[in-house]
Amino acid sequence: MCGNEALAEAAIVAGCDAYFGYPITPQNEISAYMARRMPEEGRVFLQSESELAAINMVFGASATGKRAMTSSSSPGISLMQEGMSYLAGAELPAVVVNVMRGGPGLGNIAPSQGDYFQATRGGGHGDYRTIVFGPSSVQELVDCMMLAFDLADQYRMPVMVLADGILGQMMEPIVIEKKPGRDLPAKTWALTGADDREQNIVRSLWLGEGVLEALNNKLRDRYQQIEKNEVLCEQYEVDEAEIVVVAYGIAARIVCGAVHKARQEGINAGWIRPITLWPFPTEQVSKAADGFRVFLVVEMSNGQMVEDVRLAVSGKSPVIFYGRPGGGVPTVDEIFDVIKQLTLGPKTRI
Amino acid sequence: MKTVFARTPTLKDCPTHYCPGCGHGIAHRLIAETIDELNIRGRTIGIAPVGCAVLAYDYLDVDMIEVAHGRAPAVATGMKRCNPDKIIFSYQGDGDLASIGAGEILHAGHRGEQITVIFINNAVFGMTGGQMAPTTMLEQVTATTPKGRAAAREGYPLQVSELLATLPGTIYIERCALSGVAAVRNTKKAIKHAFELQISGAQGLSLVEVLSPCPTYWRMSPAEAMEWIDTHMTKVFPLGRLRG
Repeated sequence: MCGNEALAEAAIVAGCDAYFGYPITPQNEISAYMARRMPEEGRVFLQSESELAAINMVFGASATGKRAMTSSSSPGISLMQEGMSYLAGAELPAVVVNVMRGGPGLGNIAPSQGDYFQATRGGGHGDYRTIVFGPSSVQELVDCMMLAFDLADQYRMPVMVLADGILGQMMEPIVIEKKPGRDLPAKTWALTGADDREQNIVRSLWLGEGVLEALNNKLRDRYQQIEKNEVLCEQYEVDEAEIVVVAYGIAARIVCGAVHKARQEGINAGWIRPITLWPFPTEQVSKAADGFRVFLVVEMSNGQMVEDVRLAVSGKSPVIFYGRPGGGVPTVDEIFDVIKQLTLGPKTRI
Repeated sequence: MKTVFARTPTLKDCPTHYCPGCGHGIAHRLIAETIDELNIRGRTIGIAPVGCAVLAYDYLDVDMIEVAHGRAPAVATGMKRCNPDKIIFSYQGDGDLASIGAGEILHAGHRGEQITVIFINNAVFGMTGGQMAPTTMLEQVTATTPKGRAAAREGYPLQVSELLATLPGTIYIERCALSGVAAVRNTKKAIKHAFELQISGAQGLSLVEVLSPCPTYWRMSPAEAMEWIDTHMTKVFPLGRLRG
């Protein structure tokens, strides 16, 4: 099962009621899989006329209390940003998968990590946040999908799973099983028909003086809770490291090989791998920067997450960037060479 | 004393923000009456557009959502596909439906979504200050056609209902008006029929276009605006059943 199919099945196991999507490479296996599997489960699959329509179909389904998702790739995700902003404003849960490709513009269909800014900075207009996962294996992609639906419902906001062309196409053995989910609040806000109750209204327009400011502050408090409670990251041999490589997603898989090679050569290297990109593991990176060491950030872009690393390091240690944009994929040896150049090289015994 | 005319329960007991002589208030009432007569308040979900009617949920006492400009048919699609037992209607103006949302209404009709659309055509963008809409009449002066709409420059008024009536996915399309008592009664009949079709489970989209006065941006008195619908608008937007 390739990553795209695995994440689709994970969504079904997680209780996704409806999938809406529009074709775009490199994520077409998701809609093909959903077109077959969702009707088998008695759930909704619909190919929309555009990404704009897809995200708005998600908006409608979600407003009625259903678990809804869509998936796309970079140019399509740009079109969905209108809906992302409205989901955030209307406090509606949704899961959106971005299997990133090269950009800007039509770019290419090669794997990329060029949408980090768009994903973690909101992407659409207004003062809001989106929870963003950056999984680096097919199993983690599956696990993130399950968690994404729960977090979306818990915090009533859109959650994005940020994959890339390699992860979507890669095949790995996986286990998909329904784990006990979170204790989620009842969706008393859902539009189900005002039968023996007062009307429910789902909206994002607040014209009264100070009303929108109050909503923004309510969202801010919620985002602070998320920053406190939902950070996920993996650390490897950071305490003794003279160089810490920071990478996420498929770039982190390559970094993993490079760090192991460096350690075999006697270089004290470790890694920090953010799994949630927002909330970013700021504390973990900051703590690692307390002991002076070199931070190397590796991305398949010309440097986006590196800004979050610099903010976390806050001048306490040097932060070096190495990137391959536009569909370029670094090799293990390429990153190993950078690690070697940035350190004193293998320790020689006298 | 005998009460011969009263507020219908689904219409909230409050003044609206609409301008004097605006048609939205009448259209709201017709929808509220329909919902009450068909006894579907408990399973109806309404969709408010971007435009003058964005606050429709302040006046219609049913579950409602406010959506991005023009996207109501897509939102309605998501709702209805997940909740076939609910009655889903969108309430959209001509800027919303015929301009920015032309793609969404076309494809909802094309797919035959089982939803009801109330399309208020007042030939102008109201909320933003009276700019030209696709439905603006030739020679009509608006904020963005100060010398009047010219076909060579801005194209002809867009007849969306005629366009939609060509689609097999639509089951009922009728154009009505709010220009007098008889016209209002016809509009009520059409709205009720559109809802009844959805309740019956008929396979397809039903749409009622309502020619509605906007005295403010037509720069007329309310009475003149009513007359202008009959003397001018119906020439380009003829009343009657276009499909079903």
